[in-house]
Amino acid sequence: MIQILWFCLVAIMIAGYSILDGFDLGAGVIHLFVARDAGERKQVLSTIGPVWDGNEVWLLAGGGTLYFAFPALYAGAFSGFYLALMLVLWLLILRGMSIELRSHIESHLWQPFWDFLFGASSALLALLYGVALGNVVRGVPLDSNGYFFLPLWTDLKPGPQAGIVDWYTVLIGAAALLALALHGCYWVIYKTGGALQERSRSFGAKVWWGVAVITVVITIFSFRLQPNISKEFADRPWGYVFPALALIGLFGERVASGRGRDFGAFFFSCVYIVGMLTSAAFGVFPYVLPSNGAPEMSLTVTNAAAAPYGLWIGLYWWIPGMILAGIYSFFVYRHFGGKVES
Amino acid sequence: MDSALAVHRLHFAFTVTYHYLFPQLTMGLALLIVILKTIALKGQQKRYDEAAQFWAKIFAINFAVGVVTGIPMEFQFGTNWAQFAKSAGGVIGQTLAMEGVFSFFLESSLLGLFVYGAKRLSPTQHWLSAFGVFVGSWLSGFFIIATDAWMQHPVGYKIGAGGEILLDSFWGLILNSWTFWQYLHNMIGAVVTASIVMAAVGAYYLLSREFEEHGRIFVRTGVIAGTVAILAMLFPTGDGQGKMVARHQPVTLAAMEGQFETSSGAPIAVIGQPDTDKLQLDNPLLVPKALSFLTYHRWEAAVPGLKDFPRDQWPDNIPLLYYSYHIMVGIGTLLVALMLFSTWSLWRGHLFENRKLLWAIMLALPFPYIATTGGWMTAELGRQPWLIYGVMRTSDGISSRVSASNGLFTLIGFMGMYLALGILFLFLINREIHHGPPREPASARRGAQ
Repeated sequence: MIQILWFCLVAIMIAGYSILDGFDLGAGVIHLFVARDAGERKQVLSTIGPVWDGNEVWLLAGGGTLYFAFPALYAGAFSGFYLALMLVLWLLILRGMSIELRSHIESHLWQPFWDFLFGASSALLALLYGVALGNVVRGVPLDSNGYFFLPLWTDLKPGPQAGIVDWYTVLIGAAALLALALHGCYWVIYKTGGALQERSRSFGAKVWWGVAVITVVITIFSFRLQPNISKEFADRPWGYVFPALALIGLFGERVASGRGRDFGAFFFSCVYIVGMLTSAAFGVFPYVLPSNGAPEMSLTVTNAAAAPYGLWIGLYWWIPGMILAGIYSFFVYRHFGGKVES
Repeated sequence: MDSALAVHRLHFAFTVTYHYLFPQLTMGLALLIVILKTIALKGQQKRYDEAAQFWAKIFAINFAVGVVTGIPMEFQFGTNWAQFAKSAGGVIGQTLAMEGVFSFFLESSLLGLFVYGAKRLSPTQHWLSAFGVFVGSWLSGFFIIATDAWMQHPVGYKIGAGGEILLDSFWGLILNSWTFWQYLHNMIGAVVTASIVMAAVGAYYLLSREFEEHGRIFVRTGVIAGTVAILAMLFPTGDGQGKMVARHQPVTLAAMEGQFETSSGAPIAVIGQPDTDKLQLDNPLLVPKALSFLTYHRWEAAVPGLKDFPRDQWPDNIPLLYYSYHIMVGIGTLLVALMLFSTWSLWRGHLFENRKLLWAIMLALPFPYIATTGGWMTAELGRQPWLIYGVMRTSDGISSRVSASNGLFTLIGFMGMYLALGILFLFLINREIHHGPPREPASARRGAQ
């Protein structure tokens, strides 16, 4: 079915965005902790300087692909999470400006200001992305037209009156923050050397424990809150390959990092993120946005998708277009490969 | 007007108007930088390479603001215009997703190489990266115009059993006749903005007797490119665009021109204020028969007036539409005169000494921005009361569950953030202009680093 194929392609875009812009965000989250002076902070920034904008394009292209393939999901989710999405937009603006503007002026006021903003906006974005994912897993109060509107928070409980922020979605947000911080850590370790690299190493070793613990916690609560997850895994046991990927990633990054295989650690961190996201997507399937009250109101892979003619046409340009995008990215990463200068 | 509708309209209008101040410069400048780099590469002209380096810095700051203010545009289809996004997603989802896949990846990858790679790439590779940025940004413009053109003149679609809008012909959507003229008119408008900005900065350098060698390059390049581009705005692109409006949106044309009565040999109003209560143009200054001639190339052709159309088809803000259009045309005409006179003076060899003319060029800087804004307001206000012309009314497109209060909250947030962004932008651009182009030879710089 063409709709399921596009569900997978959108999932690939979201996973691509998460691992690519994920390390930019993570580098932003950790740089205030691991970089001690202006020179080291500049070093962290130059590990992402030439690539962050291209990585963020995955968000735009992914958003475009989501809109093209599942217009009803795009319309319903974006208007329903209105306030949270506007916060995301403002944070993206602040973060983009802080990366681009910081190096224009050498000053004791200018640079620390943007460094702080870069760190804070990166951390809040990582948190909000997790909150958004938590909302999708928990479900939202969809009406019969496929719309809803959630306030930012109500009583902080994931019940029928839930807001965007409740204890469960905050928990997922914290997991995203920790996972991306660790991801960014491995990237900085891979791209730098010296004291900055050593400090990132010991910081990463601590964050790993946080990621390991929270992975267990969110797994337990997600199964409890969203009954569809257990049902899907029981019906299609091959789906256990996704959580298995996450586990391989989680332990792989620890082992690789312990042996000084810096690229290996980063690679396994990508595997972990992809494993977690695909597990969530598999667990929610066939819903793309479940209802938390009446299951029949849920948006599914079929009722949220665009008409088949357009979806088939899309394959003809999307596949060559993404191959081209892959080629550009390959050249950029190769051109800016290797360690950054201190 | 329902207040939620008003808030959502203002939300989009404000964010898109602000956003487009930046891409119009980068799209035009991308072409001018390619021209400067080509002259530098072919003629081994060091000064032209330095000029390109200077404009690359201006480009990078504009591009960054363009990117961060552009992201909200894509999202707002879903956040503020959910019913429209859902109904029309099967059609315009194609063009919006293609923009991301085909142009943003190209543009962002090559911009990284262009801005950060100057000292690592060979001159030819660096030229190629500039060229790639140009192609990427012009492709991006194409997909956005194709989206807007479909809203102005919907083609290649059919209405499904449940009333939803379905894509019927992919090539019909991509090759929409409206797209052709609107794209050319818009992109050449971007070249006008960039040319006049370049010439104005050059004029500033010559008047303040700084960086005079580069200043002359800026003025020369800006005036020549600006003259070619502004003439192409008039004919054939403006003419072509106007004929599309006359053919497919005759009521819009009547409103733009303040034409209440149907008449053969219709005049053009140079100035005047439309009075929508008394249905007349106050204090008009008319050029007889000009509208008939410009629209149909016949002096006596009949042009329908607003009174010939039912009121519920009229654009809902006729005075603003009329003024936007007249401001665009008025500024365009003045810029044609300024550019032609400057080219003549350049050709005669006394432009660089003519301080009065240099002053005029320098002070022209904001006007192309005002004209392009007026042009876009004409297009979008002229489309009203339709969101998709003849298919979906604007009032049916908003997010039904997002209240006026929430919309106002985020609109105020955007206004505050964009004010701060604008101040920062002006501050940084001012610094770059003050620093000026690199003074030392480019080859020595490359060796030193």
